[in-house]
Amino acid sequence: MRFVDEFRDAETARALAARIASLCEPGRNYKFMEVCGGHTHTIYKHGLEDYLPEAVALVHGPGCPVCVIPMGRLDDAIAIAEQPDVIMTTFGDMMRVPGGRGSFFDSKANGADIRMVYSPLDSLKIARQNPDKQVVFMAIGFETTAPSTAMTVLRAKADGIENFSIFCNHVTIIPAIKAILDSPDLRLDGFLGPGHVSTVIGCRPYEFIPALHGKPLVCAGFEPLDILASVAMLLEQLGEGRAEVENQYTRVVPWDGNPKALQVINEVMELRPYFEWRGLGFISHSALKVRDSYAAFDAEVRFPVPGVRVADPKACQCGEVLKGVIKPWECKVFGTACTPETPIGTCMVSSEGACAAYYNFGRFTRERVRVAIGP
Amino acid sequence: MCLGIPGEVVELYPDRPDLAKVDVSGVRRAINIGLLEGEGIGPGDWVLIHVGFALSKIDEEEAAAALAFLEGIGQAYDDELAALAESRID
Repeated sequence: MRFVDEFRDAETARALAARIASLCEPGRNYKFMEVCGGHTHTIYKHGLEDYLPEAVALVHGPGCPVCVIPMGRLDDAIAIAEQPDVIMTTFGDMMRVPGGRGSFFDSKANGADIRMVYSPLDSLKIARQNPDKQVVFMAIGFETTAPSTAMTVLRAKADGIENFSIFCNHVTIIPAIKAILDSPDLRLDGFLGPGHVSTVIGCRPYEFIPALHGKPLVCAGFEPLDILASVAMLLEQLGEGRAEVENQYTRVVPWDGNPKALQVINEVMELRPYFEWRGLGFISHSALKVRDSYAAFDAEVRFPVPGVRVADPKACQCGEVLKGVIKPWECKVFGTACTPETPIGTCMVSSEGACAAYYNFGRFTRERVRVAIGP
Repeated sequence: MCLGIPGEVVELYPDRPDLAKVDVSGVRRAINIGLLEGEGIGPGDWVLIHVGFALSKIDEEEAAAALAFLEGIGQAYDDELAALAESRID
């Protein structure tokens, strides 16, 4: 596949590994956080940590938009799905996420009409095809997916579709990064910036990180070489005493983002005053809701939702995993009570979650298999 | 999961300027290119596709530059190894 395979070349990966090792100052340890489920997934799928010296640790932050949805919010979605004549449509990774009383999958098994879709446009098509039903789209994701949801609402409005609405759970990345930086639990040396969120918001919003916190951020692509190159770029900055925002993913990320995408988000949605994030608590202005002018497409207006806060199960340490404070294997229930088949928390259910990535790609311990570098 | 994948635009729809047919590893589907209006997307262009929408046009020059940079590191590494192999200091 073009634009994919070339960025997976093993020889070049070994060369980058050597470069990374040479950039590490002796006796210094580095902790870089990524805030994108896609990055977590790539790192574990390709075993990229094996290409890093022991001194460099990659920490997973709250980059999985599925994982940060609190259980109560999922219960609200299920309450909507269980209303008569409702077809709930959702991305696949939401299907097994456990709420307080089960998942979409459980609800579907009990007779609710819940369907997996690839795109919000598929959901709109279902609405067209089922005029006697109410079709709801479970809108999740960071700024990457928000424009697509917004475009779909605009299309629904333009086409006069009256039986389509969205349950909006889009969250924004900058407040999450701020919450991490303000948290006393962590000492980080830099960030890998979320490549696809950045196609929408650009690189400017990250400038506060070097400016206020003196830490570098490199906006990174999703292929193995992209991530290794980004780690090298972070180490170079630190070695030279610089802290800047740099763009490694230049083939896709424009510095100024996508103005049209930002405009449609702004047209259809606005920031909620606050939103609860699993593990991080309430963060102000960190999530999107549908504007009053588009209330006809807002499932929260159309349907009653319980809005009850549900505490996470006592054994669940998703919050600490999401902040990067502990590694998945350090969670008490990782791999035992909490597995992909019987998930307790969202980090294990979502394919972008750190725990799922670790479990599925065989990382149960902190042992690294070092890649042999050299002939 | 929402992965962003590169695809090649193969066809436009004259009556729907916000749609395009893309080819991703042989699979052809219509996607929405409304977020890239004004960029003159046409057949032969590569775009980043995410949940049925093109989010960004892939800049082929930048891709080539990124690869060249990475390959440069690869070459520098090979050269370094070769030089080390030639060295005899004892």
